[in-house]
Amino acid sequence: MVADVLVIGAGVVGCATARRFALAGARVILLEKGADILSGASKANSAILHTGFDAPPDSLELACMQAGYAEYLDIRERFNLPVVETGAMVVAWTPEEQASLPAIADQAVKNGVRDIRRIGPADIRAREPFLAESAREAVLVPREHVIDPWSPFLAYMIQAQALGAEFHFLTQVTGGQFDGETWQVETNRGPFKARSIINCAGIFGDRIEEALLGDTHFSIHPRKGQFVVFDKLAARFLKTIILPVPTERTKGVVLCRTAFGNVLVGPTAEEQEDRLRITTDETALQALIARAVEMVPALQGMGVTATYAGLRPASDKKHYRIRVEKDRHWITLGGIRSTGLTASLGIAAHALELYRTLGHGEDKALQPVADPPVFPVRNLAEDRPRDWSARGNGGIVCHCELVTRREVEEALSGPLPAGDYGGLRRRTRCGMGRCQGFNCQAQVARMSEGRLRIPMTLGEVKP
Amino acid sequence: MTDTIRDVAIIGGGPAGLSAAMALREAGINDIVVIEREREAGGIPRHCGHPPFGIREFRRLYTGLAYARRLVEEARKSGASLLTSHTVTGARMDEDKIVLAVATPDGMTEIAARRVLIATGTRETTRAARLISGERPLGVFNTGALQSYAYLEHRRPFERPVIIGTELVALSAILTCRTLGARPVAMIESGERPTAPLPYFVYPRLIGIPVLTETKLVDIIGRPRVEAVRVKDRQGNERDIACDGVILTGQFTPEAQAARLLGVEIDPATGGPAIDQFGRTSHPAIFAAGNVLHPVETAGWCYREGRSIARFIARDLQSGLPEAKAALPLSAEGALRYVVPQRIVPGEEGIGHLQMRVKAAASGTLSISQAGKVRSSNAISRLPERRLTLSMPDISTEGGAVVVTL
Repeated sequence: MVADVLVIGAGVVGCATARRFALAGARVILLEKGADILSGASKANSAILHTGFDAPPDSLELACMQAGYAEYLDIRERFNLPVVETGAMVVAWTPEEQASLPAIADQAVKNGVRDIRRIGPADIRAREPFLAESAREAVLVPREHVIDPWSPFLAYMIQAQALGAEFHFLTQVTGGQFDGETWQVETNRGPFKARSIINCAGIFGDRIEEALLGDTHFSIHPRKGQFVVFDKLAARFLKTIILPVPTERTKGVVLCRTAFGNVLVGPTAEEQEDRLRITTDETALQALIARAVEMVPALQGMGVTATYAGLRPASDKKHYRIRVEKDRHWITLGGIRSTGLTASLGIAAHALELYRTLGHGEDKALQPVADPPVFPVRNLAEDRPRDWSARGNGGIVCHCELVTRREVEEALSGPLPAGDYGGLRRRTRCGMGRCQGFNCQAQVARMSEGRLRIPMTLGEVKP
Repeated sequence: MTDTIRDVAIIGGGPAGLSAAMALREAGINDIVVIEREREAGGIPRHCGHPPFGIREFRRLYTGLAYARRLVEEARKSGASLLTSHTVTGARMDEDKIVLAVATPDGMTEIAARRVLIATGTRETTRAARLISGERPLGVFNTGALQSYAYLEHRRPFERPVIIGTELVALSAILTCRTLGARPVAMIESGERPTAPLPYFVYPRLIGIPVLTETKLVDIIGRPRVEAVRVKDRQGNERDIACDGVILTGQFTPEAQAARLLGVEIDPATGGPAIDQFGRTSHPAIFAAGNVLHPVETAGWCYREGRSIARFIARDLQSGLPEAKAALPLSAEGALRYVVPQRIVPGEEGIGHLQMRVKAAASGTLSISQAGKVRSSNAISRLPERRLTLSMPDISTEGGAVVVTL
């Protein structure tokens, strides 16, 4: 088949884009080199749905964030996706930071986020009694929220799949040719044909341009972010997202709730050359914990449930790196470094507008799907009922996160089954809790046997 | 939702919970229910396909698996009811009973009981909680998971892992690897010497597994599976050891979620519920026993402790225990990491001893004092993770808080 659109990369941008084009009536192929969706930069973010209050004014980034935010809230109930309405506070801890707050507030208003408020120490305390007393002043942004950073994209992909989109995992693009009409893309799993290409390759976005276009309009400078997830006991000490006053280089270290009832702190911002090796580092993790304790002293000695790291696809410029090659039917959606989770749906809609400007003939016009099917995903957020309290769930497999046998089975055999243990964990939360699989990992390994693209075990042993 | 009020609900069907169920029945308490979240009761010994278990309890040498089966059989025979795949997810305190919210495969139910025993055991510290540096490939997990791979699921997760830590459980990791046909390539210990008693380390050396002391794991390398670990020795030299798995052993921590749901006081030193010498927590109708109290003891110890505390629960139901309010606080200082119990009612024997652990190898005088007045002292010397007990001290009702120092 010759697809209308070939999307490279199943991160947040690729998944949202695949869905948007499928809804628009395009035949979509999506190629992903990982074993599951959200295997790269997208698996390590802070899970915040941003208002765009601090985005560059009049930027594409801001427009995409706000469009993405609005669309998420619009569709989330149908897909059964959570929003934890936490609000955020940009907290000034020093006089210098305090001096930046008026500008932050002004920019928020300029960006259309008019419900922000500057609040003093008493109001900060009333809202967050456990926050350190050194909090001098804050900008309160009520509509910054926390979401489940994974399930939305599973939901989008299931919808896209139902509309005929094809996904290929463990499929790495190695090259390709364009004959003026059609692209033939070479991969480790054979060639794929499509009339246009959308490059959503994240950390490899520049490499994909090089390999297929012969040149690249930007260069990715991976920026590592490490995170620490505290035990659920920490949740009683914090409701609001605590944002720092940002610097030129980074949005800084965030302390916030997760949709699953934990508290996380991160990310670090560490430049590195290597695009493959992603490590946590004890010293950096300890520094994050120390920072969290500075902000909320009651976190002293709090248990750590998880640590993780990811690479953000920062580029040589701050803004999104969008490239459109009309004659070569090419769109790059690149350099989307830390607002991609929020902006993804907006970026996808923008990509569709760009697509209409590509040099296809009139006869290639797409016919939007009239009444697209919607498949609600299972709720994983703590604030709403989950499967463990329902009948016929098969019993609890993961005790820390109360994941049921039915949930694990569904994730292994549903419409877009897990590709690896990481994907299974993110689909269900099994093994993501306090004991990190001490109790359930072996059982899950056995249940998953023969069903994951990357098997968990080396096989059976005769007892 | 529920009209029946049980005499005792026991949360956790491992050695402590099951032995308590038996002892309660022997003491004439009728209506006992054991709530076990796994599909089979038996607790951690279920994972251990190797001996030695049960010598003191049953005068036979069992594997953990066989021991767990025997425990379950004895508990059933005693007439206690055993609910598996049942998970306590909430609790509410009524005047005369505690009502537990319980998730089951068929939805939610409630179990009400006059007394509750928390016997939820322990687990090892995870990679995340140890803040270990490196990539996050498949094949990095605790001994508990390894044992489940081997003895419950019969699956081989790797072939040549490294073992981190040298507590007794690390020896179980070796035995478990042997069952799997996996060959550990090294044991790595950050301390000066192995934690478990030295004679045990004849075994790894005999089968050719090097034990590297004063060595720290500084990196895990590989994706999607482990390819190597980087270690750093005392001189600061780093080197890579090729391997395909990492077993993180020991550093046990209580599985205290049920205790937290019940709202009882947690001792930060143990991570488990604080008790008096009858096993009573900060709520006088809620008791605790076994490894949820003290990371970590053997299955046999937990079995005996479960029986012992069960007898106090029976006494509480039948004739009443001394007022919980009369208890004086007991705390551990100096080289001691913790002491259990954390409260003592003066003049009462209870479980009959204090259990302690040291933070690091220590020797000196173990003394018990009240308001600065030393009531007893003994010269001792201990290594970490070795049993340290002391007979229940004779303390004065008026003396105030009790401090045990090493």
